[in-house]
Amino acid sequence: MNDYPAEARRIIAAARSGGWVLEPEAKRLFGLAGFDLPRFALARTAEEALRFAGEIGYPVAAKVISPRILHKSDAGGVAVGIPAAGGLEEAFRRFRKLDGFAGMLVEEMVSGVELILGAKIDVQFGPMVLLGMGGTGVEIYQDIALRMAPLAERDAAAMIAALRARRLLDGYRGAEAVNREKLIATILAFSAVAMDLEGLIASIDINPLICSARRCVVADARIILGEYA
Amino acid sequence: MDLKPLFEPRSMAVFGVSLSNDRHPANEIFNKNLLRYPVRVYGVNPRGGTINGEQIHRSIAEVPEPVDLAVIAVRADLVPDVLTACIAAKVRSAVVISGGFGEVGRLDLQGRLAAVAKEASFPFIGPNCLGIYSPARVDTFFLPGERMVTPAVGNVSFVSQSGGILVDQMINFTNEGVGLAKAISIGNKALLGELEILEYLAQDPATQVIAFYIEGFGPKEGRQFVLRAGGCGKPVVVLKSGKSPGGSAAVSSHTASLAGDYASFSAVLAQYGIVEATSELELVSFCESLSAYARPIAGNVGIVTVSGGHGAIAVDACTARGIRVPEVPAEACETLRKSLSASVREIASLTNPVDLTGSGIDDDFVAAARFFFGRDEIDCVLALLLPYVPGITSDLGAKLSYAARQCGKPLIAYVPHVEKYAMLIEGFNLNGAPVSPSIEGAVLMVEALRRNRQ
Repeated sequence: MNDYPAEARRIIAAARSGGWVLEPEAKRLFGLAGFDLPRFALARTAEEALRFAGEIGYPVAAKVISPRILHKSDAGGVAVGIPAAGGLEEAFRRFRKLDGFAGMLVEEMVSGVELILGAKIDVQFGPMVLLGMGGTGVEIYQDIALRMAPLAERDAAAMIAALRARRLLDGYRGAEAVNREKLIATILAFSAVAMDLEGLIASIDINPLICSARRCVVADARIILGEYA
Repeated sequence: MDLKPLFEPRSMAVFGVSLSNDRHPANEIFNKNLLRYPVRVYGVNPRGGTINGEQIHRSIAEVPEPVDLAVIAVRADLVPDVLTACIAAKVRSAVVISGGFGEVGRLDLQGRLAAVAKEASFPFIGPNCLGIYSPARVDTFFLPGERMVTPAVGNVSFVSQSGGILVDQMINFTNEGVGLAKAISIGNKALLGELEILEYLAQDPATQVIAFYIEGFGPKEGRQFVLRAGGCGKPVVVLKSGKSPGGSAAVSSHTASLAGDYASFSAVLAQYGIVEATSELELVSFCESLSAYARPIAGNVGIVTVSGGHGAIAVDACTARGIRVPEVPAEACETLRKSLSASVREIASLTNPVDLTGSGIDDDFVAAARFFFGRDEIDCVLALLLPYVPGITSDLGAKLSYAARQCGKPLIAYVPHVEKYAMLIEGFNLNGAPVSPSIEGAVLMVEALRRNRQ
């Protein structure tokens, strides 16, 4: 955590003109704050992408990086489970044509239950933390729990218990149960980040936060800056 | 700031009484306090004269005794000077009735009031409000005294941003027999808002339940409010308006879209054990129930009725809200069977709900209620009474609610509210047991006890 407070502010200051922090920098911020990240690299060329994928091994996920694309899936800028080099090259060709293309993120595939962990600075109540079933369908399922930060451990546990789909976290139909302690620790660390960045940001999505029996991984993150950041 | 002079004034001065228009708001306030309340009231108008034979004073300095409460109903642009004069004359508090401030864009004028008062630590409510109704003490509502519907004196205090909603809830409280401790319309809340009034009511011995109608909070005000309300030791009920999302078109995150203003409001209230009412029916039901029983329950209900249909509807309403209707072991029910009257012993359905059938009599009701009160898996009893069943008398309300008092667990009743059954309802009221005119309302009363975390 040593570099976190100052570096978080530098990351946010650097993103001021665009209004939001792009995925690689947002992930770096969470990495500094002690969150578990997948292995990832930002590739500017197809060769760089292939080299990094070779290092971490297939399958990999690929995501477009563009200051003009806030919701990557909506723009066709996400490919997951890419099994081999051919697929990765094809993804790169596709992403290069997207609006504002600034590179492609190549990332280790992580499996588990997809959650969303979000923060919003509410005008009336200040920092709020949201936990919900994540992925691209969050706004359709709307299976969420919402609380005012800072959270205590029992708040985090109560948020998990409040989800309609909570059974999916308990090892539904033979799947491994999600590591409850890791999830609670991640929620509490996130609550601390939300409190810390209150004056700088408008909202944060970690979506998905991929949770398994071993890990809770920040697979994607975006930080929307506040009016006065 | 000491708010006591606002709520318990011994002397008041009304600014803006008219010598020519007796329906002027200031005149209504002056007259009703003169005629109906023990507070000593003085009219102030720079022109002097008399109203109803009472001397009108030209200035606050002419009023012959120290004034606890100034009620100001003069033109908006004159209010700052009146407020300054009150402070200079050592008046202790004020209610500013006058409109024409923030609500019409005159935030500058409103800001001046707040600045003058803050500087002098001078408490005032308003502007643009009805002010305070404190039973048997003072009433600054500019509504003709004879047309006001005033609930019985009780332990619920109601605070509202809107004067109209406040007056309507007083009618609802009256209809449902909910007793009122204080009603406060805070209007534009230039100085005193929900938080300050909450602080006062939390300490007020006459108030046991604090209810609010809230349109919205200022920046971070909501946070302070829930932190204070959540730990104030008294049940707090909030009715919120403005639930529809504002049309924010900006690109935003999933979180910002899912955690909209109202979703956040509602979630935070629940987080702090504040009971949110989503309708007027919920508001009045919650207040009635919490004014009778301040202690939270887990929400395990025993239901007793003389109609299977009523029992089934109540179970559905409970289940829909996550209130449990636990099963009671069959052998335990057999002990209840022995204490029932001979005519129902063989035909009553003894599970939960207990259906005594149309042959049930008062004693059967009391026996079934006592049975539930004695069970650990039950923490609240719902009695669905049909007063037209032959074996039920008008005295059952008193008998049942007395049993509840003895056993120390909450009892909530459903009785159709018509004049004919008033005697039955009166019996419940006698022992402080809440009665709802609908099954849904009775279940809401249970819900309030479950959600309250104070």
